[in-house]
Amino acid sequence: MTTTTTDAALVAQPTSRRAPRDSRYTRKNAHLGMHKKKSILLTVIMALVVIYSLLPLFWLFVSSTKTQTELLSSFGLWFSGPFSLFDNIGATLTYDDGVFVRWFLNTLLYVVVGAGGATFLAALGGYGLAKFNFPGKKGVFAVVIGAVAIPGTALAVPTFLMFSQLGLTNTPWAIILPSLISPFGLYLIWTYALDAVPTEVLEAARMDGAGEFRTFFTISLKLLAPGLVTVLLFTVVATWNNYFLPLIMLSEPTWYPLTVGLNQWNAQATTVGGDPIYNLVITGSLLTIIPIIVAFLFLQRFWQSGLAAGSVKA
Amino acid sequence: MKSAHSSRGRFGRTAAVIGTGIALSIGLAACAPAAGGSADSGTADDIAAALKEKSTITVWAWAPAVEDIAASFEKEYPNVTVKVVNAGTGNDQYIKLQNAIKAGSGAPDVAQIEYYALPQFGLSDSLVDLADFGFDSFEDKYTASTWGSVNLDGGIYALPQDSGPMALFYNKTVFDKWGIAVPTTWDEYIAAAKTLHAADPNAYITNDTGDAGFTTSMIWQAGGQPYKTTDQTNVTIDLQDEGSKKFADTWSQLTENDLVAPVSSWSDEWYRGLADGTIATLAIGAWMPGNLTSGVPDAAGDWRVAKLPTYEAGVPANAENGGGGDAILKQSKNKLVAAGFLQYMNEGEGTQISLAAGGFPSTTADLESDAFLNAEDPYFGGQKVNELLASSIDDVVPGWSYLPFQVYSNSIFNDTVGQSYADKSDLNTGLEAWQKATAEYGNAQGFTVNK
Repeated sequence: MTTTTTDAALVAQPTSRRAPRDSRYTRKNAHLGMHKKKSILLTVIMALVVIYSLLPLFWLFVSSTKTQTELLSSFGLWFSGPFSLFDNIGATLTYDDGVFVRWFLNTLLYVVVGAGGATFLAALGGYGLAKFNFPGKKGVFAVVIGAVAIPGTALAVPTFLMFSQLGLTNTPWAIILPSLISPFGLYLIWTYALDAVPTEVLEAARMDGAGEFRTFFTISLKLLAPGLVTVLLFTVVATWNNYFLPLIMLSEPTWYPLTVGLNQWNAQATTVGGDPIYNLVITGSLLTIIPIIVAFLFLQRFWQSGLAAGSVKA
Repeated sequence: MKSAHSSRGRFGRTAAVIGTGIALSIGLAACAPAAGGSADSGTADDIAAALKEKSTITVWAWAPAVEDIAASFEKEYPNVTVKVVNAGTGNDQYIKLQNAIKAGSGAPDVAQIEYYALPQFGLSDSLVDLADFGFDSFEDKYTASTWGSVNLDGGIYALPQDSGPMALFYNKTVFDKWGIAVPTTWDEYIAAAKTLHAADPNAYITNDTGDAGFTTSMIWQAGGQPYKTTDQTNVTIDLQDEGSKKFADTWSQLTENDLVAPVSSWSDEWYRGLADGTIATLAIGAWMPGNLTSGVPDAAGDWRVAKLPTYEAGVPANAENGGGGDAILKQSKNKLVAAGFLQYMNEGEGTQISLAAGGFPSTTADLESDAFLNAEDPYFGGQKVNELLASSIDDVVPGWSYLPFQVYSNSIFNDTVGQSYADKSDLNTGLEAWQKATAEYGNAQGFTVNK
């Protein structure tokens, strides 16, 4: 039933885990000067991990080239029947008056505003906590650490009841507002800013007469860039894969993100008189993960350096 | 398929006339109906008047036919706008509905609710008692088992939309290939399972990885009555009563001996097994023909339908599996219009649209119509499938009821009974664990649960 969401998560996570591992190796090798030495065991383990990570992706691709009937009557891990990838893509984009495109745009909206806003707020807050002293800072620290420990899913129903009072359920705000909060992002920027933004630089800027906001936007943001990309990737993935919150908040399919929409298509096969459209669910899942993969490939460089900096501190 | 539309006009109008007479007296006796669509009760005349006013209602439903029913309804009542929203299938929708009820706003006017979930909403004061609109007079129009499913603790909380008397769907090609006779008792069924699996190790008599809906239906057929609710909050659970034990003792013989395919229903693997003959039978509701036809087109001609096997030869017994109705929410600000639409959908012309979309009717008039009974289904090799399915409705064992928290209970089925499936042990042990966990939840929710 929930294959679509787990597929997306499966594919996204191994990719993210691979990056830090690579960076740690390069650093270790550089330190110890072991450029030439290769371990067969490690290579084999790595190969297994790569296969483990890529197999679901391969299955997804192979399956999305099949028709609905071929999908159910042929071996899953190899091509069979007519190559229907483009037919499937066409059908996915046009099924039910093109509702998939609508879901795609919704997801994009939630990600751009939600994840982008979360990153910006985390940058402001984390920087402020790292570089300014004020009473109650320890209290803020405790709250942020506590918030990291509470999974968003646990807050979904209380948030629903609150939003319902405010009349915000069934609107995009119901998804965007909770997405704006990223305690983990805030904490990451906080620790990152401690090292990445030297207090001397800030003092120099102040001496030259720059206001705090000008300092932040012209100097600090640039120094924080690798950390920001890391936070951005985290929040983008979290928002892109967000399932439970929109499931609870939205009843109108017109506001669904892809995750909830695809599951609705999947459930269609289980209902009386419903038409099984597994081929569209699978093709839709493939289309859904492409933007995430692209985002990782483009931002990988920043992501690595951001994590490396964090790990030195830790 | 489309020919079913022809008889709709007559049926809807007669119903409305009969409804009026009885509804009038009730409307006057019970409580004075307020004017306008917001009234909490009313007569057929009030409903007819409200349908002429400009109004909009929201309907939560996932059955594909509802869109068409709404379109047809809007044509007949041009001032009414019906917004059909697919808020999720089954459980997903119940979560949203429950949240909206808790929040006090955001619920639709009308919602599709399956029979097994109806007590949760009906007995918690969230749904309108349709007797307030005179719909209790429709009793004779529906089968006894579906009416029994919407008649809870003296109130009518939904109008049935479809029904699912169980039957044995079997792959005749597979049965013929190995010379297996179609079983009429569960003992024969187990014997057939052994013969088939011995002849072809890839083939199984059926699939089962643990399915709460199937289990409760099978207990129902075995004569069990594990759930009883009185006064809305007093609940008794006994999943070790005679019927429950009878089912578990029988079915364990299959699950303990690897005689069922380890495939979950509705998965792509399942559809595959139904197509290639490795899942040879399904004991399932009468709505299955439509799903087989659209979901397993490759197996056209292979499948047939027989009566559900029984525990004792010659003693007919059946149960309902799946199916549901539609209810009006107490939150609705437009109950008269909602009632008008509900009647149109499940008692009037909408029934023909549901039927054409593959639903199995709950209305006796349709179940007795010659066009329905004599239809030869080419997917089933020309068998008069409806005739067989309809003939088993009267065998449904009376007196069954679900829990007022069945939705939750079913959701933990796999954590409890699923264990017995996983380690291939006695299903009775799993049922006991299920009962314990369900009772704990019920007590925590403010019910008084007696074992």
